[in-house]
Amino acid sequence: MRQKSLKLIISFSTTNDALFCDSLCMNNSIKGRLIPVPREISAGCGHAYMTEPENKEEILKLFEDNEVMYEEMRIMLY
Amino acid sequence: MHISFWGRKMDTKFENVYLDNAATTMHKPDCVIEAVVNAMRTMGNAGRTSNKGAMDSGRIIFDTRLKLAQLFNADGPAQVVFTKNSTEALNIAIKGLFNKGDHLISTVMEHNSVLRPIYAIEKEQEVSHTFIGTDKKGRLLIDDIEKNIKSNTKALIVTHASNLSGNVNDLYTIGEIAKKNELLFIVDASQTAGAYPIDMKKMNIDVLCWTGHKGLFGPQGTGGLCVRKGVDIRPFTQGGTGVQSYLEEQPAEMPVRLEAGTLNAHGIAGLNAAITFIHDTGIDNIHKREICLLNRFRDGLKSLDMVSFYGDYDTDERTAIAAINIADYDSGEVSDELEHRFGISTRPGAHCAPLMHKAFGTVEQGIVRFSFSYFNTEDEVDYAIEAIRKLCLE
Repeated sequence: MRQKSLKLIISFSTTNDALFCDSLCMNNSIKGRLIPVPREISAGCGHAYMTEPENKEEILKLFEDNEVMYEEMRIMLY
Repeated sequence: MHISFWGRKMDTKFENVYLDNAATTMHKPDCVIEAVVNAMRTMGNAGRTSNKGAMDSGRIIFDTRLKLAQLFNADGPAQVVFTKNSTEALNIAIKGLFNKGDHLISTVMEHNSVLRPIYAIEKEQEVSHTFIGTDKKGRLLIDDIEKNIKSNTKALIVTHASNLSGNVNDLYTIGEIAKKNELLFIVDASQTAGAYPIDMKKMNIDVLCWTGHKGLFGPQGTGGLCVRKGVDIRPFTQGGTGVQSYLEEQPAEMPVRLEAGTLNAHGIAGLNAAITFIHDTGIDNIHKREICLLNRFRDGLKSLDMVSFYGDYDTDERTAIAAINIADYDSGEVSDELEHRFGISTRPGAHCAPLMHKAFGTVEQGIVRFSFSYFNTEDEVDYAIEAIRKLCLE
């Protein structure tokens, strides 16, 4: 398996919110992608968004402006 | 070789190897796609009038009911009800058949499309349930069914095959138990319709719920239930039927009793073509081919101690699913590696089968599921084997 590095992982309770995040990041040139939610965060399936930790504040602002609900933001090795 | 964590490797042998057919079959026969496109150009709203567009639509829908009744040996085209998927079909059956105080028996192999309606009617209608367990290979403990029948047991609800392990249940035996004990027998055939022989009469099935977009190779948005004559299910939806319009309730006659509103005729046209394809190819041939690919995959991984398989692979009486883990790696990470590094599509996590994961002890880790289709190739299987081997060796 590949070497891991610190990433910002954002989890959501619905696929809709995860896809909304994906769309906002794409439209605002924030580099990242959807991944299966890591088991350290939840065992219940679903998508998480993975990006660089430095994008956190910008993403939080986008979420606030667009009423995107998220469950957790965690910086972890991925 | 170029490795991009953010995108696919561009010098992989395949653009994409799709091994998630238990979720939906991606490769559809060309005739299915052509039928949908043609339908979108020519069909009106069936059953609403007798103009050409409406009649063209009505005839295709009727022909598809006939074909499905033949495929499943159901009680004729009127007993074939269309829904948007098997989840809707199961909800119609489960919420429409039980009364307060009833008891039902189901299994830990079930998908959430069975489990959640069962939990809902427990809360809403005080319908109690018992779930039959499995052995360590995920095989249903059929002998426990009769031990759990009570005086108020009304039905058995059983999946034909687990969407997680691929294990197939012996519906002939379970159907006999239902018949002997005068219980309704409701079957979830989401994983087997089109890929495995089903005979409602010989298996004593009262309600067969199926989906069009997996083993039937039809479009998403198609599915249904086949109901034995004499089994009365309370309508789930009320609305327009094109007949008996001055009646304030849903008509009593099937199939309109359980169908309200415009059907997905475009999708049903595609499903019609898909069933013809399956008939011409032969379900046995489809199954043989899929199992051949599964066995090739399993044989290729046998020597890798890090790979664990979940399910009973000592029989060909199963679906073409391989449920695995690599050591204690998170199934999501493995699936993500396979997708983004090798272009191999699988499904990780819980698979909407929480009780099966509890039975296997894989709630935290999840499972990586590979599911093969008639249209996958030996090259694709060998490529997947090689990818897993590389992940194990790193």
